[in-house]
Amino acid sequence: MATFVQLLVYGLQLGSIYALLAIGYTMVFGIIRMINMAHGDFLMMGSYAVFFIVSLLFADLMIGPAVALLVILIGSAITGLIGVGVERIAYKPLRSRPKISSMIAAIGVSIFTQNFFRSLPFIGPNPRTFPKLMEDTLFFIGGIQLSMMRLVIIALSIVIMALLYLVVMKTKIGMQMRTVSCDKDASSLMGVNINRVISVTFFIGAALAAISGAFYASSYPILLVTMGATLGNKAFIAAVVGGIGDIRGAVLGGFIMGVVEIMISAVYSELAYGFSFVVLVIILLLKPEGLLGKPMIEKV
Amino acid sequence: MKWIRRNPEVVFIPLLYVALYIAQRTGFFNNYIMQIVMLACINICMTLSLNLVNGITGQSSIGHAGFMSVGAYTSALITTIMLDVSCMSPFMQLVIFLLATVFGGVCAAICGYLVGMPTLRLRGDYLAIVTLGFGEVIRSIIRIADVVGGARGLTGIPKLASLFWIFAFVILTIYACRNFIDSSYGRACMAIRDNEIAADTMGINISRYKIIAFVLSAFIAGVSGSMYAHMIRYLHPDVFSYAKSTDFLVYLYAGGVGSISGSVIGATILTVLPEMLRAIANWRLVIYGILLVLIILFRQEGIFGGKEFAFLKMKTGGIQNIGFFKFRRKLKKSPETSAQEEVIQ
Repeated sequence: MATFVQLLVYGLQLGSIYALLAIGYTMVFGIIRMINMAHGDFLMMGSYAVFFIVSLLFADLMIGPAVALLVILIGSAITGLIGVGVERIAYKPLRSRPKISSMIAAIGVSIFTQNFFRSLPFIGPNPRTFPKLMEDTLFFIGGIQLSMMRLVIIALSIVIMALLYLVVMKTKIGMQMRTVSCDKDASSLMGVNINRVISVTFFIGAALAAISGAFYASSYPILLVTMGATLGNKAFIAAVVGGIGDIRGAVLGGFIMGVVEIMISAVYSELAYGFSFVVLVIILLLKPEGLLGKPMIEKV
Repeated sequence: MKWIRRNPEVVFIPLLYVALYIAQRTGFFNNYIMQIVMLACINICMTLSLNLVNGITGQSSIGHAGFMSVGAYTSALITTIMLDVSCMSPFMQLVIFLLATVFGGVCAAICGYLVGMPTLRLRGDYLAIVTLGFGEVIRSIIRIADVVGGARGLTGIPKLASLFWIFAFVILTIYACRNFIDSSYGRACMAIRDNEIAADTMGINISRYKIIAFVLSAFIAGVSGSMYAHMIRYLHPDVFSYAKSTDFLVYLYAGGVGSISGSVIGATILTVLPEMLRAIANWRLVIYGILLVLIILFRQEGIFGGKEFAFLKMKTGGIQNIGFFKFRRKLKKSPETSAQEEVIQ
């Protein structure tokens, strides 16, 4: 039992990282019906941004939780702006074209960013060690090992997701996002500035990916330029499992994905990655629109 | 003579092979260049196979490397592990290689049927997600399968795929795809691509034709995998990762989706280009990424979208025949069109 709860904690930690990343996929898909294959690279950029801010400004000193949070927020803002720029340059001209061409453009962006970062002399292909952002203390509750970092990551992710849900449900821009995802042309006729909504969506998506990158790098402190690809795929699956286009679905899918992966790797680590896809296929066969998704109606 | 003039490809294609063969024999093309040429041929076949699903039928498969790995591993399993071909006569080696290749293709086709059957009935992007998943599942199964070397990779595959067989396979694939597209099956698939509901109304069995195209495509991918295995002589599960599948997608969409000539040209250029850019080390993939985005932004239909080389003699799909081999054939104006032109003037 203790082992199970222990694994559950690990799973929740990984799941919160997946959930933050999956939200970006699901929001972009909900609004412009596009699978953003470059989303995992925002995670990579975010973790590198945090890494450089910390190592340049603080020279690897242990910085307190408050400063660490500030640094993560700055890093995510930078990544968010990059996300907006990528959308403006590479995706916006393709908006009226078939979905698959924006997907190919996203693959191009992904190839470009990974290799551009690899080619930059101050980043390079070698893995970097992510600095410790705060003092980590271990403690035990009933035979379960908990660490401060783990709890902070899970708690912060939940707070961020709750905030995002409030933004989407209660604010004006959130309402605009919902109308655009419902019907782009009609909301444009009602005076919604679609370009602005899409930019905001990309900003939020990329910023959340960056936060999840910082969390991921704090838990598994190795930075690589290709780290976004695998994580991005898993988060995409999480978004699909939960029902793509639905934020609550992405969160649910992310946590399911994280817990399942940790549980499987406890049994047989080589199987974990493949098995997450098996979960995906089973869920899609039983409920093609995902756990929380609404079935799409085919219109003539 | 007239017949040859009308069908110049019967001279041109053997000439191309002879030129490549001479270049290989005389050492004008060293082993490295020959490897790139053969790799380009295999990429052409993979792109053509992807074209049948993504270009002609309008579905999106984004995990085609999975089918390639099924073909590669099953055929290599036969030639390397089950039968020790190295002590056989060259003729027997060849027979076993060809049988293993077909068997690899059949296995990939069966996988294609199993993947396609449940998903192609659904509408929307499910095929994309499930094929992506299929590729990764296959990869992790291979990683734990110790029979085929697991995560260490499979070594010691005999080099049976010579230039001749790979070249023959490319030509065969090109003509098989052309005949498929020009047949009633291909037209049905294109009707599904252009408007699924309209095609359904016209009495086309949508899921049947989608599955036919998908299984054929998986078969070609499996055979390409076998050729790849017996050319490179080393297989590793990570070679057939998601990145490989996106490579084929890129070749297809840069070359021109739906066009056989586009697939051929796209795969050739984009296989050779990164090798030529090798001098600038890491930056080559940066340039590759930028080029890809630029092609999609400024030439959405790809380099060859909606066009075909005239020697393929495609009739279907409103395709514009261009390029070499048209010079001998003057297009005769039909009496009606010239009459119409007179009326307009």
